[in-house]
Amino acid sequence: MEISMKINGAEVTHDVEPRTLLVHFVRENAGLRGTHWGCDTSNCGACVLWVDGTPTKSCTMLAASAAGHDITTVEGLEKDGKLDPIQQGFIECHGLQCGFCTPGMLMTGRWILDNNPKPSEEEIREGISGQLCRCTGYKNIVDSIHWAADHPAENEVSA
Amino acid sequence: MQTPAPVDYVRATSVADALSLLQQHGDEARLLAGGHSLLPMMKLRLARPEILVDINDLDELRGIRIDGNEIVVGAMVTHAEILNSPILFEHYPIFREAEKVIADPIVRNKGTMGGSMCQADPAEDLSAVGAALRGTVVIQNAEGRRTVAMREFHEGPYETKVADGEILVEVRYPILPGSGSAYEKVERRSGDWAVCAAGACVTISGGVFSSVGIGIGAVNAEHFTAVDAEAFLVGKEPTAENIATAAQMAADSCDPSADQRGPADYKKHLAMELTKRALTRAAAAAKGA
Ligand SMILES: Cc1cc2nc3c(=O)[nH]c(=O)nc-3n(C[C@H](O)[C@H](O)[C@@H](O)COP(=O)(O)OP(=O)(O)OC[C@H]3O[C@@H](n4cnc5c(N)ncnc54)[C@H](O)[C@@H]3O)c2cc1C
Ligand code: FES
Ligand code: FES
Repeated sequence: MEISMKINGAEVTHDVEPRTLLVHFVRENAGLRGTHWGCDTSNCGACVLWVDGTPTKSCTMLAASAAGHDITTVEGLEKDGKLDPIQQGFIECHGLQCGFCTPGMLMTGRWILDNNPKPSEEEIREGISGQLCRCTGYKNIVDSIHWAADHPAENEVSA
Repeated sequence: MQTPAPVDYVRATSVADALSLLQQHGDEARLLAGGHSLLPMMKLRLARPEILVDINDLDELRGIRIDGNEIVVGAMVTHAEILNSPILFEHYPIFREAEKVIADPIVRNKGTMGGSMCQADPAEDLSAVGAALRGTVVIQNAEGRRTVAMREFHEGPYETKVADGEILVEVRYPILPGSGSAYEKVERRSGDWAVCAAGACVTISGGVFSSVGIGIGAVNAEHFTAVDAEAFLVGKEPTAENIATAAQMAADSCDPSADQRGPADYKKHLAMELTKRALTRAAAAAKGA
């Protein structure tokens, strides 16, 4: 079936099987490999992207269900060549090691701050509790999100 | 890579449209709500529908509202919406306490009331909440609507009164003025299904329990509740001793099985302890306590 959706503002149309999962549509059909694909069982959060602004585990949503909706992936965080503060925070605070969990962490981190600009450590940890990181021990991820909260306009570094 | 087997997909435009699609395709069709139980089951080939009828566009199934002396929660209301609902929090804090420990924030953005009810997992937290609150489920088919008490809704694990060709449209909870409610759950790790969970909703007048609702999940309690323990408490003072007796009766009525979440005697102990804690907090929160 033919499916169209907006991904990071651009209309994307492909003919896919109805069983195609959104994560595969985004990675294989739209060619945006920033969104990662890990556990496949809605447990790890590597595949988190936004559907109409709401973080969603894209391994557990059909592309067909996303048709007509607005998708934002990690590639959509950067604006006009400037990194989003959440991205900058992960650089400043060493918020990643292997980087596999990072796209999902960034999308959820940005969403946490959009709803709660000054979250406590506990609120951040609860917010990312559906996402696994096997490297950092989470400490630096929490610090990175805090850094972004403290520097809301600090997106001066070129991407 | 886990992918569902080939399947057709259609988006319903209204409840009437969804019902006619279901009728047209019989037991080969499945409704797709949040998909957070159905898609994993399709990946594992535990479900093999031929066609998915997506009901995410049906705004008539959304919203939380008060209707007379009931709170009505639409089938497509998400866990996140239940968690953040001021109406539900005002009347029934048990919803917020339960939702905080259902899955994780991202899953809660997708999973729905209707999907949770119809999935009918023996550990479904909203089933225990619904039993404690004595909710009713509204089911629609081609002939019209009917109402089923939450306490008669489950036919067994993963089986409910919703038949092929039917849609759960909403769940209704009677408002009990002055009630207190609470939820307790033990899980192995953050976001996991319950090893055991218990909820309570009580009213107190003249210093004694005037109504008692107990909901118990994941330990094979009949209809997610414990009617003997409830009956024991009505008319009695909310003392620690009475509550402990009722909690033990509740645990005795459960029949948990051992699995990777723990041995049966541990789960029974949890049923007693969590029922006791939920009743104690609910009683303390009830007006007139
Ligand atoms: C990682 C993870 C952790 C979880 N942890 C918990 C937990 O701790 N506690 C808990 O209670 N739940 C938990 N869940 C389950 C979650 O609550 C369910 O997935 C649930 O929300 C199902 O809702 P859904 O909208 O995704 O349903 P779907 O997957 O879309 O549907 C489930 C079933 O119900 C049917 N259905 C859906 N809506 C209707 C309707 N309106 N009328 C008739 N039939 C319908 C579908 O056809 C399907 O058979 C977890 C899920 C995941 C993925
Ligand atoms: S790949 Fe989607 S949650 Fe792990
Ligand atoms: S940085 Fe390796 S999984 Fe998080």
